[in-house]
Amino acid sequence: MFIVTILIFGFSLSVQAGDNILIAAASNLRFAMHEVCQDFQEENPSIQTKVSYGSSGNFFAQISQGAPFDIFFSADTTYPELLEKEGFTVKESQKVYAVGKIVLWFPKVSNADPDKGFQAVTFPTVKKLAIANPRHAPYGRAAEESLRYYGLWEDVKEKLIYGENISQTAQFVHTGAADAGIVALSLAISPKMLHEGRYWDIPDESHSDIEQVYVVLKKGKEKKSIRKFLDFIHGEKGGNILSQYGFVIPGTGENGS
Amino acid sequence: MNFAAPLLLSLKLSSVTTLLLLVLGVPFAYWLVFTKFRWKFLVESVVALPLVLPPTVLGFYLLIVIGANSFVGQWYESIFNKPLAFSFQGLVLGSFLYSLPFAVQPIQTAFSSVDKKLLEASWSLGRSNIYTFFRVILPLSRHGIITGCVLSFAHTLGEFGVILMIGGNIPGITRVASVAIYDEVQSLNYGTANMYAAILLSFSFIILALVYFTNRRFTRTM
Repeated sequence: MFIVTILIFGFSLSVQAGDNILIAAASNLRFAMHEVCQDFQEENPSIQTKVSYGSSGNFFAQISQGAPFDIFFSADTTYPELLEKEGFTVKESQKVYAVGKIVLWFPKVSNADPDKGFQAVTFPTVKKLAIANPRHAPYGRAAEESLRYYGLWEDVKEKLIYGENISQTAQFVHTGAADAGIVALSLAISPKMLHEGRYWDIPDESHSDIEQVYVVLKKGKEKKSIRKFLDFIHGEKGGNILSQYGFVIPGTGENGS
Repeated sequence: MNFAAPLLLSLKLSSVTTLLLLVLGVPFAYWLVFTKFRWKFLVESVVALPLVLPPTVLGFYLLIVIGANSFVGQWYESIFNKPLAFSFQGLVLGSFLYSLPFAVQPIQTAFSSVDKKLLEASWSLGRSNIYTFFRVILPLSRHGIITGCVLSFAHTLGEFGVILMIGGNIPGITRVASVAIYDEVQSLNYGTANMYAAILLSFSFIILALVYFTNRRFTRTM
């Protein structure tokens, strides 16, 4: 039985090589990138995009251990720079594609009042506050900076639960496992979360800019499809999708919201 | 994303791993049973390690050993022109080590429970070790070998931590069913996650039921 299955799979192996792009994307892009890829593939049916989502720090580690990605959409500027230094990238291919925002998100069931702003996290009704792990998730770093900026870090330290990346953090609040969470705006306004809770915009001045940079990796150097994909991201359609998800597109100033 | 892809990948990984474990596990178990090697207990301990170790320990060390900066990783890449970590082959290696005790232990037990008198009878009739192995030991250990295969298959199917560490979560390459569940939950697709989970649950249950069923039949016929 096993031998038969192996034979069948042996044949299916050879089909894998084609014109496809393997993308590593910071998990704040989870829903936005999905839409970008869908639209891109509609225009370019011969190109297949495959996306893996995770924290930027985790991808940095994987790529430096030889993970076969063609392009890396980070949630910050640091990890692409480090990869460049270590020689894993195509020189001068780094570019800011979006600037992210963070929000304080409450599930519908929570009786916290988002209009109270950040003070709401100190209320006893918020027993658990979810943030992404600041050690390897840029959105977690921004969350920590904001909490410190408002002098709330010490107050909430005991309440914090850490998501491995920003979408796991969103999942923690979405399921109600945490009473509040600091998540990416791009996740908060995704169809999955929009009507499941309420959010408060965390002011940009409370944390350093979440400049998101992509970088083409050595594995993707020869692929023409990458150029097409990047043109799409920077084009009108790609830009529209990203700004719909609350990203500020560099060079265009404010986003629509 | 293609719903079936992670399931097929899981089946493929489990099949390849089980086949490897069968081919290498049988002679290895034979050696463990018949060797006079005094440090055998150390070898047995190493084989059993995955039973007690957190998968992250195995995953971490594997990543160090097969990663792009390691000797093994670079050697592999120079031959096959692609990295071993984050590839299907890397997963096979990880799964092989992770499921090793599940294959070797039942086979070893089966080999050592074959009646010594039968072996001596075969030898005293002038039959070679190899003949004795294939005509006496192997047929009598049938059920231990099947148990070893089935358990390795099921255990590999249920592997998560090692795969996430050495394989990442790459669609079509290393995103097996257990990792797909994790990914779907983070995409807030609880429905899809539930479907994968239910399939794995039923499959594992059926496999275990089969093992216990054949064991029961075996003990009856003893």
